[in-house]
Amino acid sequence: MSKADTRVVVAMSGGVDSSVAAALLVEQGYDVVGMMMRLWSDEAMGGAEHNRCCTPEQMADARRIADQLGIPFYVLDTKDVFRATVVQFFIDSHRDGFTPNPCMECNRHIRFEYLLENALALDADYLATGHYARIHKTDTGDFVLKKGIDDNKDQSYVLSVMGQYELSHTLFPVGEYPKPEVRQLAAKFGLNVESKKDSQDLCFLGKNDYRDFLQIHAPEIMQEGAIVLTNGDEIGRHEGLAKYTIGQRKGLGVNSNVPLYVIAKNPYLNALIVGSRDELGRDELTASRLNWMNGTPPTEPFRAEVKIRYKSEAQSALITPLSDERVHIQFDEPLRDITPGQGAVIYDGENCLGGGIIEKFEKTEKIAL
Amino acid sequence: MPQKRTVYLDYSASTPTDPRIVEAMMPYFTEVFGNASSAHAFGRKAENAIETARETVAKIFNCKSKEIIFTSGGSESDNLALRGAAWASKQKNGANHLITTPIEHSAVSKTMAQLAEVMDFDLTILPVDEAGLISLKNLEAAITEQTSVVSIIYANNEVGTVNPMPEIGKTTKKHNILFHTDAVQAAGQLSLDVEELGVDMMSISGHKFYGPKGVGVLFVREGVELIPSQSGGSHEHGIRAGTHNTPFIVGLAKALELAYEERDERLAHVTKLRDMLVDGITARIPQAHLTGHPEQRLPSHASFVFDDMDANKLLIHMDMRGVAASSASACKTGNPEPSGTLLALGYKREDAFGGLRLTVSHHTSEEDIAYAIDVIVESAETVYKLQKTLAK
Repeated sequence: MSKADTRVVVAMSGGVDSSVAAALLVEQGYDVVGMMMRLWSDEAMGGAEHNRCCTPEQMADARRIADQLGIPFYVLDTKDVFRATVVQFFIDSHRDGFTPNPCMECNRHIRFEYLLENALALDADYLATGHYARIHKTDTGDFVLKKGIDDNKDQSYVLSVMGQYELSHTLFPVGEYPKPEVRQLAAKFGLNVESKKDSQDLCFLGKNDYRDFLQIHAPEIMQEGAIVLTNGDEIGRHEGLAKYTIGQRKGLGVNSNVPLYVIAKNPYLNALIVGSRDELGRDELTASRLNWMNGTPPTEPFRAEVKIRYKSEAQSALITPLSDERVHIQFDEPLRDITPGQGAVIYDGENCLGGGIIEKFEKTEKIAL
Repeated sequence: MPQKRTVYLDYSASTPTDPRIVEAMMPYFTEVFGNASSAHAFGRKAENAIETARETVAKIFNCKSKEIIFTSGGSESDNLALRGAAWASKQKNGANHLITTPIEHSAVSKTMAQLAEVMDFDLTILPVDEAGLISLKNLEAAITEQTSVVSIIYANNEVGTVNPMPEIGKTTKKHNILFHTDAVQAAGQLSLDVEELGVDMMSISGHKFYGPKGVGVLFVREGVELIPSQSGGSHEHGIRAGTHNTPFIVGLAKALELAYEERDERLAHVTKLRDMLVDGITARIPQAHLTGHPEQRLPSHASFVFDDMDANKLLIHMDMRGVAASSASACKTGNPEPSGTLLALGYKREDAFGGLRLTVSHHTSEEDIAYAIDVIVESAETVYKLQKTLAK
């Protein structure tokens, strides 16, 4: 099939990466269609100016770029499904004492399900996005997700929710380039976006912090409660569990001879559990909702590297498959900021093998009961 | 599926300018460039062209030349008529009450809303029936001692329904109230005889009948006072300041003249195509239903609602297959609002996203219509299938 006969729907945001992705595809001769999702209208957040993504301005920018590239451009109303999946998940997770990664959930339900199916329904062969990651086909015909060339920008972590079906229908045109080169390409293509800022995570939060967002949309989970030591002693008050993150030391407002860190949250008692640095350190975790990118869950323990946050380094570990799409991960060295709700994403070198969601540490949570 | 073609079915949004009209306009960009307000020979030539155009329009409107005001288009005509007449009446005798319908073009509805919200007028919005028709009984009941202006759309842009102008005109005349109509969609197809219609003010726009964009007309019956929206020079009897756009005014008049000269042939053709669309789509898509009045509608206009469908999705799939149409909730920003017109006709909120409007031209062929029906059927099937996949 020639490139001219290959239709690619490119998800456009008006930003640098997706604009260059679209331009590269046009240059390569594909039949390209631009699409943008309207994910959120934030009446509740006090108007569109508070939104980081899908502002009328960004839509106008994306539309202008599509016009310049000579490709069709459509905006999909995705508000209802985004709210029902990503936003609700974000609120529910915080309610349950997790620190979720909504971008992973968005990729799972919105980009590589809702948008992908919309693209395929338009007779597209591929969906393309401006993510920094690479998809390679192996000799056996399997698709492998690899880290982006630019290690600083690598986004494979949030793409670890994809499977073979999604990978086989996806292109990441900028994943083969370092970011500075992508900016140069933007200038070369004359897209007038090369000096735009990098996009932010949590697009639907707008100018507001996620804490303000929860205060508006889920005030019931932002109630004051006790700060306790692991022995159960109350040493202060917190302003709502969702305002704190595992490993946090500053801003706790408690007096102590030793530095205290957030080590767990107990949503049932609305208690924030703090402890010393030793108590924070942890060398194992369990994760659930495991997605294996090759579609075949492993049966035997194996060694690999694991990222526990989008921006953290991959750490060596032993992975032991458990039942119910869960794994146990034993790190070689203890880590300070293992956070329930974040992704645990497993790598073999530059290949992403898959990932899951970090479970809570039942023992620590119960210490304070 | 036959070979892909491009079919434009959005002639209610805009029409291509007829080459004969472009030709008629050309000398007024270059040779006859003078300012029509100037006293010299250059100015007089331009003035002559404008006054000839005015006479042409007046003949079709069955009115006096001096009752024709040239504007920048339908929206400006509506704004000037409503704000101008409402203010003038209030100034004259304190009349403070306005009447309109829920199915007006936004140039009327937003101007009325502004008069009510910002300028403290009382506003009555008449109900319409499920076809989009107003009733004379409701109109009579709404009229008070304070009523100064009634504005009722001639032919609705979204569902194509044609209101009974002469009867409305008789009613307003009886009560000595000013009657304005937005005839933007009607122009070129229906009678614009202001005596027959009984209107005191009427707005039309050049690009809806194969004339240029950016030029319109407001008919203002002799004796009706307006406070100008745009003040300045004494152009257009001091009601609408601004240098005359000679080529566009010439183009509008020529386009209107041709539309009424060729009206019988054009209407016979578009009516046939419209009926093909209505029959083909309702026969082949059980979820599609005609909106608006089945008979009292614009000859060029077919409109539908689709069950359980966001028409914006349908339009994307149609566009990818080369068929251009529109939806009332059409929106470039992915934040569609339900159609106010469909809600006023009694459709449920979830159905008011599913409106599709197809408007044809005398340039449209039967092959175009056959292709468009195939595309709409295929697009609707694709969208329904997609919605089913995603609902799993």
